[in-house]
Amino acid sequence: MHDMSAPVAHQHAPPTSFIRKYVFSLDHKVIGKQYYGLALLAAYVGMGLSWLMRFHLAWNSTAIPGLQFLSASGAPGGVMTPEYYLQLMTMHGTIMVFFVLTTAPFAAFGNYFLPIQVGAEDMPFPRFNMMSFWVTFTAFLVLMSSFFVGDGPTLGGWTQYAPLNAIGSVGGPGQGTGVVLWAVSIALFCVGQLLGALNFISTTLDLRVKGMSMMRLPLSAWSWFITSCIGLTAFAVLMPACILVILDHVAGTSFFVASGLVMNDQVLPHSGGSTLLWQHLFWFFGHPEVYIAIVPSMGIVSHILLANQRKPMLSQRVLIYSMGALAVLSYMVYGHHMFVSGMNPFSSLVFSFPTLVITIPSTIIVLIWTFSLYGSKLRINSASLFSLGFISMFVSGGVSGFFLAQPSIDIMLHATYFVVGHFHLVMGVAAMFGIFAGTYFWFPKITGRMMSEPLGKLHFWLSFVGAYCIFMPFHYLGMAGNVRRYSTFVDDFLQPLIPVHKFITIAAFVTGAAQLIFLYNLFYSRFKGAPAPDNPWEATSLEWSTATPPPFDNFGGKHPIVYHDPYQYGVKSSVGDYVMQTSPEQVETEFEEK
Amino acid sequence: MRTKSMLVGVSTLLMSSSLMFAGTVSGKVTFTGTPAKPKTIDMSKEPSCAKQHATPLTTESVVTGPNNGLENVVVYVSSGAPDDGQVPAQAVTYEQKGCQYLPHVLPMHVNQELKITNEDQTSHNIHPLAKVNHEWNKSQPPGTPAISEKYEKAEFISVKCNVHPWMHGVFAVMNTNHYDLSKGGGAFKLPNLPPGKYTITAWHEDYGTQTADITITSNETKDVNFTFKAKAY
Amino acid sequence: MARLFAITIVVIAILSAIPILRHTWVAPEDISTHGALIDEQMSETMAEAGISFLAAQFILAFFVWKFSNRAPDAKLKKFPGGAKGLVIGALLVVGIEVMALGLFGVKAWANVYLDAPSANAMPVQVQAGQFAFYFRYPGVDGKFGGLHPELINEGSQNIFGLDPEHDVDARDDIVAAEMAIPVNKEIHLLMHAKDVGHSFFVRELRVQQDFVPGLDVSLHFTATKIGKYEIVCTQLCGLGHYNMKAYLEVMSQQDFDDWLKKQAGQ
Repeated sequence: MHDMSAPVAHQHAPPTSFIRKYVFSLDHKVIGKQYYGLALLAAYVGMGLSWLMRFHLAWNSTAIPGLQFLSASGAPGGVMTPEYYLQLMTMHGTIMVFFVLTTAPFAAFGNYFLPIQVGAEDMPFPRFNMMSFWVTFTAFLVLMSSFFVGDGPTLGGWTQYAPLNAIGSVGGPGQGTGVVLWAVSIALFCVGQLLGALNFISTTLDLRVKGMSMMRLPLSAWSWFITSCIGLTAFAVLMPACILVILDHVAGTSFFVASGLVMNDQVLPHSGGSTLLWQHLFWFFGHPEVYIAIVPSMGIVSHILLANQRKPMLSQRVLIYSMGALAVLSYMVYGHHMFVSGMNPFSSLVFSFPTLVITIPSTIIVLIWTFSLYGSKLRINSASLFSLGFISMFVSGGVSGFFLAQPSIDIMLHATYFVVGHFHLVMGVAAMFGIFAGTYFWFPKITGRMMSEPLGKLHFWLSFVGAYCIFMPFHYLGMAGNVRRYSTFVDDFLQPLIPVHKFITIAAFVTGAAQLIFLYNLFYSRFKGAPAPDNPWEATSLEWSTATPPPFDNFGGKHPIVYHDPYQYGVKSSVGDYVMQTSPEQVETEFEEK
Repeated sequence: MRTKSMLVGVSTLLMSSSLMFAGTVSGKVTFTGTPAKPKTIDMSKEPSCAKQHATPLTTESVVTGPNNGLENVVVYVSSGAPDDGQVPAQAVTYEQKGCQYLPHVLPMHVNQELKITNEDQTSHNIHPLAKVNHEWNKSQPPGTPAISEKYEKAEFISVKCNVHPWMHGVFAVMNTNHYDLSKGGGAFKLPNLPPGKYTITAWHEDYGTQTADITITSNETKDVNFTFKAKAY
Repeated sequence: MARLFAITIVVIAILSAIPILRHTWVAPEDISTHGALIDEQMSETMAEAGISFLAAQFILAFFVWKFSNRAPDAKLKKFPGGAKGLVIGALLVVGIEVMALGLFGVKAWANVYLDAPSANAMPVQVQAGQFAFYFRYPGVDGKFGGLHPELINEGSQNIFGLDPEHDVDARDDIVAAEMAIPVNKEIHLLMHAKDVGHSFFVRELRVQQDFVPGLDVSLHFTATKIGKYEIVCTQLCGLGHYNMKAYLEVMSQQDFDDWLKKQAGQ
């Protein structure tokens, strides 16, 4: 341990009972691990659903053995029905966006490392923090329960467009109880994330230790802080929207259903609602949500690359401002999801310009990452490979944004596989790579053991090449006019594209199987991995200055003092080419942040 | 086992003895006025079905025969007949072929097994809009096994395929085995009615319901006719 | 391993670009008067996005190749331009690039959405419902009959809920399940949703527009080539969404008139 000549913090004893220690724990580290576990479970459920969907898309009349036991009416004789496909698709999207991409990089890693990186003992509101996890966990259970209730989960897609989300079971299987469970789950999820965001923001603003100015915060901490600011406003809009949906179902209101709609030759009893209102509310949340998923990964990847390139960022300040710009712009662009929705076509033009402007901070971020590699001494390991893979994926998924930002082109690409390819690369795969990078990087600190590098690299190669094989062809399908959310391709026009779908499906199976290597590595290394030193990556930030795994109060009864910017690499110090934030040692560096 | 078969034997004996004196109700369902002309159904959306019909199908909600005969009318004993409670062991079959329901109106007994098959190369969904019974909505992809269902309460249920909006039919679920569907010239026949007082009901999906009260003495054949007023639109 | 990474992303980048350069999978040929601008916008965007994509991947590959696993005593180097150069470069190059794209795109969009249809455009109404499109022509009187949702009865094919008994305008309305239009004639498409959200997408026509339940919207376009095209739904509308389609028949004026007569006779 480095010099921790700091005042002694008031120590509170760790809990001893099993329940308080592992279940209803107030410790941010345990809560972080709980979030990670939830995300892990959700990710594999979501991946399993995508396997079923991909199989059905490629071989739509072939039975999937055993599927009939999951749902007798959804898959008679194992052959998936159109509605079951849509139900699985909705669950895949909802699980992945909310319970994986939001929880893992933000809630899991953020909970564990944000307090440590700012030097705090815990978050300011540990009880809210505990509630945040358990409410989120309940949300997950509620969502999963829809598989087993009534006629299954909702089939309306993760965007749950109105009025299909509000008219009840006349809309189709799952549109009654299924939608209500979905809306309850997401409303709970919002509560959980709002509580989390509150904690994150106050941790960052109020609990920084002596010497830890905002600009000395590591980039990961910055990204969690920015994300919580987005989350606080975005989830605060989605939650009431979900409540309105629930009211439309159970209280006879008509927020999202217009008058005079006819289903099964019967006029619906609703009147006076607005269909487009839902889209505005949803996308006001939905677009910022994209940044909630990706910004933490940007911070995590920056943090990891810096430790591996042994050289500071070209400009940390520019990177922070750019991430902030993304957050602000994210609210001004949501209308690009609605170009052809029937909203005023003039609004489409207005929304298209800020969307195009988002290209600028995104480009700056990519340029800063890439050109920071120039002249570096890059170390290649699983964590840095996934970080580099992240940059590549982010670029590939990002350039398709050029197209989708323009309303005129959107006429051709809206609701096609092009969009699916775009968001899977830029917020799905890229964010997943951020999660993987974070896992390989921080696993030693969390568990005290190293993960297997050979298995990690194998996992990387299969995932990297596999993800490209899956999602690049999505763009081609979209350009050819392949509409998304079709359970079967019956249009004459789509027949020639089915071989592409078969290729994608095979790639998805291989890539998915590669994720089992990760799972094995995770559990094997947890128990059998090589013991980890306190600072295996020779990194500088506060989490590496404490014991492995960190004690209950993070710094063993002391408040650390911060003397340096977060990424003092490429210097000459008593320990090597870096100096830790907590080290009072004065070093000279030509790479000092200006 | 033995007791059960003996009971079945006895009840069969009892029933056949009552049938020896049974009467029959027969007659004709006709209409007055001009019914709306059946509309041609355009199936161009589903080419695999469209090509099965050399001449395009027309709507089947009003089907007329010679001499103003009205078809697809369910004529049944709505009260008076003690329901023998016997659910026919044999299932009734509802076929989806060429994006059409065969038959258009399917009468059945409460709790009788209903088998639904899909002979087409496309996915159908069967959505009977039950109000008294449990409403369900099931898809049936091509090549999947028959769907087996039953209804626990008497009800005339409108059946739809949501994928092919023109597909429309009726499940006539009744508490009696004494029913018939009017054919060709609107003729129907309800045999094997033991002597007694009955209400005979004729039900048409567009034109509504008519009833007739009758009394049957043994071995009698009673003539009952129904006339519906056609709607021009 | 670093070199393998560099090679891999270069190979992936090139392989990804090949189908685009060879036009392996492209949208079908445009048959509309407004589509050329959209196609042009698309190919310009493709050029700019493609160059950015390849450049970013190649630079990343090059730096990883060059600067990884270096000797412990190798010297760190600073990127000569520094962050300021990159930011100014990004602001200028990317900023001008995307703004130019956006501004040029305005015209392509305005063509379809902001200009009003001409006075002699032919009105056709399309109604989207789970899971089929139906089309309505006003008939010889040139007037559409009123819509009465409570009269909709698909079993007897009263798809739109017309009331010919009381509404004279509705009596000659022609309802069809396929959309026939005359070639080179501007169509004013009146879009009405019966139940939930749907969309009207004809790839060849370069039109896609959602139906908004409770809010009738309209579109206008002119088809320039005789033929049969698919109209598909692109807004998730329920279990039969994948099968919600209709055919667009673009005909000569003569064929169209005959078609209309035949439909009126049915």
